[in-house]
Amino acid sequence: MPIGQTLPFTAVRWDDVLFVVLAIMLLGSALLVVTMRDIIRCGLAMIASFASLAGIYVLLGNPLIAATQVLVYIGAISILVLFAIMLTQTKNAPTRLVFQTQAWVGAIAAVAIAAIIAGTVLTTTWPSTGAVAWTATSDIATMLFSQYVLPFEAVSVLLTAAVVGGVLLARREPPAGKEDRS
Amino acid sequence: MSGSLDSYLILSGLLFAIGTFGFLGRRNAISMLMSIELMLNAVNLTIIAFGAFVKPLNVHASVIALIVIAVAAAEATVGLAIVMAIYRNKKTPLVDEYDSMSE
Repeated sequence: MPIGQTLPFTAVRWDDVLFVVLAIMLLGSALLVVTMRDIIRCGLAMIASFASLAGIYVLLGNPLIAATQVLVYIGAISILVLFAIMLTQTKNAPTRLVFQTQAWVGAIAAVAIAAIIAGTVLTTTWPSTGAVAWTATSDIATMLFSQYVLPFEAVSVLLTAAVVGGVLLARREPPAGKEDRS
Repeated sequence: MSGSLDSYLILSGLLFAIGTFGFLGRRNAISMLMSIELMLNAVNLTIIAFGAFVKPLNVHASVIALIVIAVAAAEATVGLAIVMAIYRNKKTPLVDEYDSMSE
C-alpha cells in the first residue's frame, strides 16, 4: 500500500516534514562543526551535515548531485580532513582555547550576513515556478559533454594539478638535504 | 514550505553564516578549512535550489554544481597539504601561532 502525500490524519505534507527534519539536522551539525572543542568530533559532525545536505538535494529533485555529494564529500573530502586532523593533533590541542580572542567580531559578521541574506531573499520576488522540477540525469550528461565540455576539461586539468601539487607540498624533504629541519 | 524557493535560500544563507563564523573565529587551521567546506556547500545548495525552481536554469545549475564540487575537492587537497607543510615546520595547527612574519 503506497503512503499518501500527507501525514496520516493531518494535512502536513511529507515533503515539508522531511525538509524541516533535514534542515534542523543540517544547521545543528554545522553549528557543532564550528563550536565543538574536540576537532575529531567536529569532523564527524561535518560528515553528518554533508549527509543531510545530500537528503535536501534529493528533496530538490536532483538525485545525481545527491549521489555526487555522498561520493565526493562524504567519501573523499571527509576522509582527507580526518586524516589531516589525526596527523596534526598535538596532545594539548583539544584542551586549549578553541576560538580566537576576536571571535565575537566574527560572530557579529556572521549574524549580519545571515540578516542581509534573509532580508534580501524575503524582499525580492524570484521568478520561481513554485514547485520542484526533477532534473533528469541524461539531460545533465548531454549538457555536460556538449555545451560545457570546455569547463569540464579545464576542471580535469585543475584536479590533476591539485593532486600533483598536494603530493609535492605534503612530501617530506629529501633526507640528503643538509638544512636544519627543526 | 518545501515547495517555496525562499525557504531553501534562507537555509543556505544560515549555513553560509555559520561557515563564516567558523572561518573567522576558530584557531585551528583545519577547522577553518572545514568552515570553508560548509560555505561551499551553502553556495551549492543555492545553485541547486535555483535550478529546481527556475525552469530555464534546470540543467545548467546541475552542471555548475558538479563543477563547484570538483573545484572544492581540489581546494581541499591543496589547502590540507599546505596545512600539513606548515605543521611540519611550526609543530602547531593553530593559526594565531603562525606569527614569524611579525617578529
